[in-house]
Amino acid sequence: MSTQAPEIIYMDNNATTAIAPEVLEAMLPYLQEYYGNPSSMYDFARYSALAMAKAREQVAGLIGAHVDEIVFTSCGTESDSTAIFSALRRFPEKNHIVTTRVEHPAVKTLCDNMENLSGRKYHVTRLQVEADGTLDMQQYRDSLTDDTAIVSVMWANNETGVIFPVEEMARIAKERGILFHTDAVQAVGKIPINLAETAIDFLALSGHKLHAPKGIGVLYIRKGAPYMPFLNGGHQEHGRRGGTENVASIVALGRACELAAANMEVENTRVRALRDKLENGLLTSIPKVLLNGNKHMRLPNTTNISFEYVEGEAILLHLNRHHICASSGSACTSGSLEPSHVLRAMGVPFTAAHGSIRFSLSPYNTETEVDKVLEVLPEIIAELRNLSPFWEENSN
Amino acid sequence: MWDYTDAVKEHFINPKNVGEIKDADGVGNVGSIACGDALRLTIKVDENDVITDAKFKTFGCASAIASSSMLTELIKGMKIEDAKNLTNDDIAKALGGLPKEKMHCSVMGREALEAAIADFKGAILPMAQGEVVCECFGVTDLEVIRAIRENQLSTVEDITNFTKAGGGCGRCHEQLQALLDEQLQESAGTAAAAPKKIKRMTALEKIKKIEEVIEREIRPTLKMDHGDIQLVDVDGDFVTVSLRGSCAGCHSSHATLKGYVEKKLREQVLDTLVVEEDRP
Repeated sequence: MSTQAPEIIYMDNNATTAIAPEVLEAMLPYLQEYYGNPSSMYDFARYSALAMAKAREQVAGLIGAHVDEIVFTSCGTESDSTAIFSALRRFPEKNHIVTTRVEHPAVKTLCDNMENLSGRKYHVTRLQVEADGTLDMQQYRDSLTDDTAIVSVMWANNETGVIFPVEEMARIAKERGILFHTDAVQAVGKIPINLAETAIDFLALSGHKLHAPKGIGVLYIRKGAPYMPFLNGGHQEHGRRGGTENVASIVALGRACELAAANMEVENTRVRALRDKLENGLLTSIPKVLLNGNKHMRLPNTTNISFEYVEGEAILLHLNRHHICASSGSACTSGSLEPSHVLRAMGVPFTAAHGSIRFSLSPYNTETEVDKVLEVLPEIIAELRNLSPFWEENSN
Repeated sequence: MWDYTDAVKEHFINPKNVGEIKDADGVGNVGSIACGDALRLTIKVDENDVITDAKFKTFGCASAIASSSMLTELIKGMKIEDAKNLTNDDIAKALGGLPKEKMHCSVMGREALEAAIADFKGAILPMAQGEVVCECFGVTDLEVIRAIRENQLSTVEDITNFTKAGGGCGRCHEQLQALLDEQLQESAGTAAAAPKKIKRMTALEKIKKIEEVIEREIRPTLKMDHGDIQLVDVDGDFVTVSLRGSCAGCHSSHATLKGYVEKKLREQVLDTLVVEEDRP
């Protein structure tokens, strides 16, 4: 099932994923022979339109939506921005946004900027998280007011994999007549989602997180939800998103959603078992380690572990020498000087926040790969701790 | 992914002089675990004031480890008086350069050296006496001013890259800008007081300067790739060189010549120079 060059051990699937061979195969004809514009009238263009219609069904199928509720966009970030701006513009008299302290920058930066708008000032409530990354539901209930235009809470956190109870939260918002948006780019394809049974108004998903290419996303808009387009232009997507459709990538995303539905069980059995083996192995073989995030309310593919008294970038570069790809919440990897806002919101101590490593698996990972990480990482940590001025005095 | 030089990678993977000298004559502790990097430098100094041994322990990223390792290599065998003049730029240059966002790693090395020398002499560091400007990383105004002066910084972003100040909450950006404006004004003042005469270089001076840059910077860099370079002739603005070692016949030698050698010489000698390869 390997799609990568054999020597690469890719465990950074929350960052992006390999394009599945089936997905590539499905999209190629629409980059080659079927280049017609789906809006055109002739038969040749209908191939594109039909392929897009099929993709829409495939996407809707994965998340329990109606085809009319699927709007194709260019990425998760566009979907998030579209949903939030739509709510703010539909309810211009409302000035309040509720979100969390641990959102992805796609939502976090937008909310930060809305708060600092000159002229019009929005008020943002950022829900606090507990030490295990879960939300305080009472604080959530208390935060909602008649002035609240929209609630935006991610379905699952990209760094820790912690899953939020968005279905319950959406119900609570609906009772108050408040729109609810969720950035679900990490959740879609990894855990079962059935939007028909929820009160969620908007949901963002991204193709490249589930083995489709980069540059394609979806905004789910619940039927009847008040909406205003973000990109104005042609009549595409029933006037909900202007711009000629990215047909090949839409076809790819459809196929990827179909595959994800088929792989859902694998994700929650085999991938989960690999993740658990990796996690337990590291937690037992290396001293002074912390698991970041609630162990149970979590995506099956993600583990985030802190190695105290060492720095994440150094760990990643040593892993890189073994062709192992992972990521870190350390300051140094991002170019910013502070460690991840998610870990800081959880109150992870500084001794541990700088040394956090996230492994995010996919159905393409194997047990041999997990064994390789378990073989090399303890040695890397020991070496770096030997270099660390804080290790000796804290090692006991 | 950062674009680290081979020298940074080498010193990160195989750091030199790791550890702690137990009966050290000078100890320098800088940084903190909260800030994300920290360095403990220990030095041994003989009766002639020569640093005979240096060891380090570093918590930090690859460039912090590499800067510390290079620092210890540079100062071993150095007289204290000379070591005092070592700048962060010396450390960065010895590593073939650092990404600009990582310059603070070389600054941390220089600070540890100063702290160790001060400890050896029983003196108090002047920097610690300044006023804290950046609360997030505990950076003082004196440290910021020094970084501005030594590295000719011109933006707040530069200051953050070199000292980390302003890299957290960002509340001190205005203060940093004010320090920057002050320094710029001051240097403009001194420049006006003693207007620099733009003197034309004599041919001899030009050749000497070209030779100097080749020796100091270009050759060591090429040698890291097992190459070498020799100055053949200087005729007006035309500089003829010959590439040796593995540079000769390397398919990217033209790129090296124009993209690196010519660029360096234009930056440091004269911006009208044209570098050409001597072909037999």
